[in-house]
Amino acid sequence: MNVEPSVRVEDKLYYNRYLVDIGQPHVKVRAHTTPSAELLALLKVCPARCYELNDNGQVEVTVDGCIECGTCRVIAEPTGDIQWSHPRGGYGVLFKFG
Amino acid sequence: MIEERFDAIVVGAGMAGNAAALTMAKCGLQVLQLERGEYPGSKNVQGAILYADMMERLIPDFREEAPLERHLVEQRFWLLDDRSHVGMHYRSDDFNEERPNRYTIIRAPFDKWFSSKVREAGATVLCETTVTELVRDDRERVVGVRTDRGGGEIHADVVVLAEGVNGLLGTRAGLRARPTPDNVALAVKEMHFLPRETIEARFNLKGDEGVVIEAAGTISRGMTGMGFVYANKECISVGIGCLVADFQRTGQTPYGMLDHFKQHPSVAPLIAGSEIKEYAAHLIPEGGYKAIPQLYGDGWVVVGDAAQLNNAIHREGSNLAMTSGRIAAEAIAEMKSRREPMTAKNLSLYRKMLADSFVIKDLKKYKDLPMLMHTHSQNFFLTYPQLISKAMQNFVRVDGTPKLEKEKATLKSFVKARSWRGLIGDASRFARAWR
Repeated sequence: MNVEPSVRVEDKLYYNRYLVDIGQPHVKVRAHTTPSAELLALLKVCPARCYELNDNGQVEVTVDGCIECGTCRVIAEPTGDIQWSHPRGGYGVLFKFG
Repeated sequence: MIEERFDAIVVGAGMAGNAAALTMAKCGLQVLQLERGEYPGSKNVQGAILYADMMERLIPDFREEAPLERHLVEQRFWLLDDRSHVGMHYRSDDFNEERPNRYTIIRAPFDKWFSSKVREAGATVLCETTVTELVRDDRERVVGVRTDRGGGEIHADVVVLAEGVNGLLGTRAGLRARPTPDNVALAVKEMHFLPRETIEARFNLKGDEGVVIEAAGTISRGMTGMGFVYANKECISVGIGCLVADFQRTGQTPYGMLDHFKQHPSVAPLIAGSEIKEYAAHLIPEGGYKAIPQLYGDGWVVVGDAAQLNNAIHREGSNLAMTSGRIAAEAIAEMKSRREPMTAKNLSLYRKMLADSFVIKDLKKYKDLPMLMHTHSQNFFLTYPQLISKAMQNFVRVDGTPKLEKEKATLKSFVKARSWRGLIGDASRFARAWR
């Protein structure tokens, strides 16, 4: 039951400044055939909606819009579903206000 | 890259890290501070309120040059249901004092300024540098760090872990546990820009006076959480946060909740017509006293959010961070002046000094509240706000119903929703946890 299915996270991320470290994502999803409950939770809980289902029903991550909150790490690192590091120094989100 | 050996390495340039680096540099220690952001503040997110007392202890004349927004003259607490709010507002001209007690701030410019003071005090501050690993010797003592800049190890007598709530170093090194879904909240926030006259008119302010609103109720949909609206000079910070475990359980989206909060009839008029310039998210340590990890060991101490030092009930985090950073630095400087090694035994002075401060005392006072809020979130964040709103409406709406009948109906609605036993249980549980 989502009250506001129309919220576009992409529009929100557009306000932010990022320096994307091309080819060096700081978060990776472990290869899987069927996603775990933890991975599925990330589809909803990630505030930047970095996690999406692909056509084969697997969870994929695109870190370009990541705001580095660490929520996915808290949920899915203990199960081994994802690997989480900080972006390299200087890369990633650059808050103007914070 | 850096061949020297330092007295101390501080990881992170947030409130705790800056307080620690500044204090140690002022004591004459050779300090290296490492920050992964482009500049200090570029990775930091907070509501944000600055508590003057704790800042004053670090930089007595900060008011003269720090980028402050508004000093607070009014605090509002709102209990919301979907269409209304029951509020308690405290406004006092006493807060228009010469040395105001609390300010709203914007972290990026504030932290940049704070960091300039750390540099002035003599610390070496290196940005765009992510610390990848703690270096330990064969006796497991922390003796330095490795960074993503290459160039090998950088050594120091002690490493101050001010790496924030999601700090990887300490957890990877097994010095403390990773935060768990039930001891951190996820908050999302937007910055809404408006002309300052508009903000002052909408919040009934003059000059640099400010207002903060803390809101709880049906906006968190039965989850443990709160919303906030803070008036800055030319923008309004609007955000909402809930326990990660609750998000995980319910499948609610944080941005969906934020937009719902912004559309609430009590909030929408405050931000109408604004231009949004940033969307941020951050974890907040909510585990309280029981979640505080081991705070020191051989060659290391942990401070601020990384040590879960946050008072969720009073929404105080940065002052606990600043204070823990300062106290850790004072303990380190004390050891240095005595020419004693940075062993766990010696650094336990930090824990002792912290226990004597408001930091541990306040967290201890509320040690049972986080769990109570978590396990009874439906009642505290959904049922009661709805009941109280109905009761208030019943109280103020004039429709020819005799008052006695109204009171009976109100009481009946409470008993029906929670039962006598439930009501008394909730009240006593809350009172016990608050005490």
